[in-house]
Amino acid sequence: MLQFFLRRIAVLIPTFLGVSLIAFSFIRLLPGDPVLILAGQHAMTPEQHAAAMHALGFDRSLPVQYLDYLGNMLQGDFGQSVVTKRSVLQEFFARFPATLELSICAMIIAVCLGIPAGVFAAVKRGSFFDHTVMGTALIGYSMPIFWWGLLLIILFSGILQWTPVSGRIDLLYYFPSVTGFMLIDSLLSGQKGAFGSAVSHLILPAIVLGTIPLAVIARQTRSAMLEVLSEDYVRTARAKGLPPFRVIGVHALRNALIPVITTIGLQVGVLMAGAILTETIFSWPGVGKWMVDSVFKRDYTVIQGGLLLIAAIIMFVNLIVDLLYGLINPRIRH
Amino acid sequence: MIRKLTFAAALLAATVLSGAASAKTLVYCSEGSPEGFDPGLYTSGTTFDATSRTIYNRLVEFKHGSTEIEPGLAESWTISDDGKEYTFKLRKGVKFQSTDFFTPTRDFNADDVVFSFERQLDDKNPWHAYVAGATYQYSDSMGFPDLIKSVEKVDDLTVKFTLNSPNAPFMADLAMDFSSILSKEYADKLEADKTMQQMNQQPLGTGPFQFVAYQPDAVIRYKANPDYWGGKQKIDDLVFAITPDASVRVQKLKANECQIMPYPNAADVKDLKADPNLQVLEQAGLNVAYLAYNTTQKPFDNVKVRKALNMAVNKEAIIQAVFEGMAEPAINPIPPTMWGYNKDVKDDPYDPEAAKKMLEEAGVKDLSMKIWAMPVSRPYMLNARRAAELIQADYAKVGVKAEIVTYEWGEYLKRLNNKDHDGAVMLGWTGDNGDPDNFLATLLGCDSVGTSNNPAGFCNKEFEDLIQKAKIESDQKKRAELYEQAQVVFKEQAPWLTIDHSTVVMPMSKKVEGFVQDPLGYHRFDGVDLAE
Repeated sequence: MLQFFLRRIAVLIPTFLGVSLIAFSFIRLLPGDPVLILAGQHAMTPEQHAAAMHALGFDRSLPVQYLDYLGNMLQGDFGQSVVTKRSVLQEFFARFPATLELSICAMIIAVCLGIPAGVFAAVKRGSFFDHTVMGTALIGYSMPIFWWGLLLIILFSGILQWTPVSGRIDLLYYFPSVTGFMLIDSLLSGQKGAFGSAVSHLILPAIVLGTIPLAVIARQTRSAMLEVLSEDYVRTARAKGLPPFRVIGVHALRNALIPVITTIGLQVGVLMAGAILTETIFSWPGVGKWMVDSVFKRDYTVIQGGLLLIAAIIMFVNLIVDLLYGLINPRIRH
Repeated sequence: MIRKLTFAAALLAATVLSGAASAKTLVYCSEGSPEGFDPGLYTSGTTFDATSRTIYNRLVEFKHGSTEIEPGLAESWTISDDGKEYTFKLRKGVKFQSTDFFTPTRDFNADDVVFSFERQLDDKNPWHAYVAGATYQYSDSMGFPDLIKSVEKVDDLTVKFTLNSPNAPFMADLAMDFSSILSKEYADKLEADKTMQQMNQQPLGTGPFQFVAYQPDAVIRYKANPDYWGGKQKIDDLVFAITPDASVRVQKLKANECQIMPYPNAADVKDLKADPNLQVLEQAGLNVAYLAYNTTQKPFDNVKVRKALNMAVNKEAIIQAVFEGMAEPAINPIPPTMWGYNKDVKDDPYDPEAAKKMLEEAGVKDLSMKIWAMPVSRPYMLNARRAAELIQADYAKVGVKAEIVTYEWGEYLKRLNNKDHDGAVMLGWTGDNGDPDNFLATLLGCDSVGTSNNPAGFCNKEFEDLIQKAKIESDQKKRAELYEQAQVVFKEQAPWLTIDHSTVVMPMSKKVEGFVQDPLGYHRFDGVDLAE
């Protein structure tokens, strides 16, 4: 097991370096001059321009910039935002809890609905229910997040007025952030109605963000279940006269879950990508929105650092999933 | 500290719950996060809305809804005959805001003024580079370090600025955001505590609203400054709900989650106007979009060719296609909301037949040229590509073949620094300080030839003489006359096809009273009230 663990870690190092190189070079290969972008339409003299390039370190050779960047990064210094002049790492962690809270809730929705839907679709294979679930999943999977989000806002917030349009909590509530998780902070604040307000703000974005993972999980569960249901041991279990609930819930589902867990792990990347759009629509002050803003402002250090931190998180989650997988299915260790 | 805050929050919630009548809260759905809270360091309107227009004051202010100057922290001023010395008498008894993080012990005085400017001008001042990598960009780009020789305290309530050369737009510059006055007492305390960065995070000024809290990318909270020298505001709390997506802002406004929003999508305006709970204010923006012919290049060095090309273009069609009508055709290089605008100038008529004839007379046949289209959407030109295509089609009707080129935004501006760029360039400008000099000299003066500010490479003696004279004249009436004449010369010379001034639209709840649109494009909430 230790060897398996070390092997996994060893693979991560080149991956991480690769990501850092990509993040670094993508930004620099793009045409456009960060200094001119910062200056906007105000014309600069060549001297002002050169001074600004120097101040930002863009006048050095690319390899030097990269090595310098890598060195700083290993010391936990991801640089300073060109726009706000604050530390990238600090800015990241100030926003990460919001993204994490949203992602966890989206994942809870996706798992709690996706797995049962997949299981029932597999058990009732070919039925109306099966077709409906799989058809809906296909639509959910293909839905552009931006459009889907706006559609829900217009329906539930605009027309029906059931949920608030955007934000994390009603602006009437104002309390200091303790954990960064609004659901927890609102409970800690002890203010009447704060928790309910936080939940109502969370519902729509969590549904939007959870839609694609939900669709993927439902489809994956169904196909894994179908495979397992045709195995001999399931037939044996049935022949023994075990109640159907036990056969499906315990014997079949447990084995079918192995590929589903991998799928769930892979959805972390999807969640991060989805967070970029979801957070922008719902004005959710998380990492995704922060990245979008930085792209518009050409905040090189933030794009670079943010990209890398997100990649690191995805890699970390995948590592955990791999390890979990190793625990559940010992064959994988070899 | 946390306990104290929680208590304050509980108190706040209690007052809110006990009855809405006791606290009036105005929520503004702002379009983005401020870059920081020290307006001297930044250049974007989003940041200024959140800082200089709420928390701070300046020596002189723009009159609400106009680009004219009125007294601010300075009650009066005198200008020496040579136009180089400006002496300001400061307002007495102005208090800096008392907040959780700082309680001032003295009133505003000359030291605060000297400090606020010296930190920008003197690179040895400890506050000159207190935020690593940040510079006083706006002050630099308005030429303050070269313009201002000294800022001196004469007595507690008198300050004297000495300039290196006479410069009439200087008064307007002092009303600009980067000229906001900070508290020296607060600065000294932060410096002593070695927490200078706080200046950019926990701002403190003399303005109508005081800072309460900021949650990045989410909410900025202010409350009315109870000691405001202009009287306490009618609303008690001001909240900026940061909402970058325009469609979402519209939904929030309709759901009354906010009461004012800026920058709606043009497509949403009709719907907003139809909503019985909303009102929509409109005003020509302080901007212009233009197509600049490179006047240093054949055949665009010929006035006749430029005039003919101007007459070939149907501007109305562009305004309908790109702005859905939310813009007005531009005649002069400055917008009609600006003082000094010449109403008598007539636009070149849309007349393809005449244009064709003029081109023939000028001896231009089978002209093929480039049209530069910006890659980005700007307030004055939402879709440059689309506009360029319409111009291209119009040109084709008079026998001119145009190729549309575009570059990445930074590259686009960079290439314009080359005087010999080819063809006609689409670009625009949003005014900084409401002074005509900021359009006419910045964009069309001889000094700016060879920069992206003057892609026409326009340098006309008659025009230049007029704007230079206006720059040093301190009588505003005379200045306005000079600028009016300059606009006549501009139209005769036709270095640009003046395309449009876009309309700035502000949708808001009908309950909002007293909101005045600012021609400079800022959003001010002093004087605003909410009907019960």
